This record gives sequence, C-alpha cells and structure tokens, in this order.
Amino acid sequence: MISQTELWIVIFGLGLGSFGMRFLFLGLVGDRPLPAWLLRHLRYTAVAILPGLVAPLAVWPAATGGETDPARLAAAATTLTLGYVTKNVILSILAGGVVLFGGLYLLG
Amino acid sequence: MASSSVKSAYWKGFRDATPFIVVIIPFSTLFGVIATEAGLSVFEILSMSVVVIAGAAQFTALQLMTENAPTFVVLASSLAVNLRMAMYSASLTPYLGAAPGWQRAIMAYFTVDQSYALSVLKFETEPKMTLPERVAYFMGTVSPVCPNWYLFTLVGALVGQSIPPWMALDFAVPITFLAMIGPMLRTGAHLVAALVSVALALCFAWVPYNLGLMVAGLGGMMAGAQTEVIVARRADT
Repeated sequence: MISQTELWIVIFGLGLGSFGMRFLFLGLVGDRPLPAWLLRHLRYTAVAILPGLVAPLAVWPAATGGETDPARLAAAATTLTLGYVTKNVILSILAGGVVLFGGLYLLG
Repeated sequence: MASSSVKSAYWKGFRDATPFIVVIIPFSTLFGVIATEAGLSVFEILSMSVVVIAGAAQFTALQLMTENAPTFVVLASSLAVNLRMAMYSASLTPYLGAAPGWQRAIMAYFTVDQSYALSVLKFETEPKMTLPERVAYFMGTVSPVCPNWYLFTLVGALVGQSIPPWMALDFAVPITFLAMIGPMLRTGAHLVAALVSVALALCFAWVPYNLGLMVAGLGGMMAGAQTEVIVARRADT
C-alpha cells in the first residue's frame, strides 16, 4: 500500500524536479554551450534507464511470483523487435498484446 | 500581418501534433488504470498527471512505490527517466531562449516528447521563423497532446476498477516501455547502452530498493557515451 505522505512527496518532488530539468537550460543556461562529455552522457539517458527498468519485469514478472513466463517473454520479444524494425509504437504495443493474450490462452 | 502569421504557426503546430493523439489516449488511460490498481484516488491520479506531466516517469514512480522502494529511490529513479527533458531543454534553447521569462517557464512545463520532437524539426528546417512564430508553433504542438494527457488519465482513473484481472495489466507497462525503446535504438551506441543496461539490471536485480536500476542506468549511459567516442575516433582515422 502506498502511503499518502509518500505519494504527495513523490508527486510534488517529481513535478518540481521534472520542471527543473525542463527549465534548466531553456530558462537558466541560455545560449551558453554545455560540456561535450555531459551532453554525450545525457544523450543515452532514456535508452539506459528504460531497458534496465523493463528487463527484470519481463524476465521475472511479479504476476507469476517471479517465475519466468513464456507468454510474457514472447510478448516482450515481439514488442521490442517490432518497435525496433517498424519504429511504430502503437503497432508494437498491439502486437505485444496479441502475443501475450494468445500465449496466456494457449499455455495457461 | 505579424498576428496572422503567428496564428497560422500555431495552427500548423496543432495540425502536426494531431496524429499523436492516437499514442496519448491509450498511454494516459493506461496510467489512470494502473494508478487506480495501485490504490490511488482519482484526485491523486489527476494531480500527478497535471503536476508531473511525464508519462514514463509517472509509470516508473508508480511501479517503484508499489514495490515499497524508499521515497528517495522513487524520486531518483523517475527523475532519471526524465533526464532526457534536460536534453530537450538544452536543444530548444537556441530557438526559444530569447522569449520572455514567463513564456519560457510555460514552454518548459509543456516540454514533452511530442512537442520537443516536432518543434525542433520545424525550427531546423525553417530558420526564417520569427520568435513569436516559434513560440506559437510550440504551443500549437502542445494543444492536442497535453489536454488529452490530463483528460484520458482521468478517464483511465474512472474506468480503472472495472478492468478484470485476466487482461494481464501487470504487463501493460513493460509492453508500453518496450515499444518505446525500439524506435530509440537509432545507432550502435544506443544499442550498446540498452544492452549494458539490461545486463546490469538483471545482474543487480537482487540489490534492494531497486538501486540496481541506478547501476544499470549509469552503466548504460557510460557505455553509450564511450561507444560514441570510439565510433567517432574510428571514423576519423
């Protein structure tokens, strides 16, 4: 259960932090150039965080008590592959959903 | 005729962003649904979407809170997911940095994947746009996207409890993220960053409070940056 206090701290902390990052350069830095090494690392932020977040969820899903589930693994592989090949987010989500439900129906 | 060119820039932005409604509706509805499943009230869910206005970070925060991670880990991890907003902000500054402070503050709040991507592309291809036209175009791209983010978060929160468990909603978030990762893997360096992140996340999954994610994120970023340097060096020689 999520506590009320924690939730509101997270909502406002995340709101302030997100706004801070959005405002940081546009609002404060202006046209001054940033160090190249920092920009180089920032470029890979999203692509370094999201896969790390998803990998354990895909391999050891909470819904099966951490047991690797072929249907979920197949759905994950399908979604990622389609997203990479087609660059179409919606199509990939739908295909992943179809594989997930198909797999759960056939195997479960 | 300044005002009519500004108006037309706004509507151009609006039209260019309209197709994104197709992405926003399921994504925001899903957030409302998942947040309801996690025990949040409708008011809390809507507040979060209005205050934070960043889908991936909101999903991350929610996921970690349901896993009872400490607050600072929740904040650090979800802000890390949102770090790309700082990149967007840096990239928009040459085009919008001269706008009045209050306009920059409003645009900063509305800097999301869609408004950023469309605007920067437009500003690059049409360098003759005036500053008011750029601001208008940016706000035009925001208009179909952000209000729908709020609205369908609310819809998701309201229908949330009526979604049955066989729909395997636990896996909706992983699938949504996986679908977003695919198009992000534009270069070898992006691919290396993602692979290192996955490997580290799986190796360090035993670390309490999801700190393994921080290791994976930092490791992935360093791997991506390093690969970029190596590739550039090779291209030079």
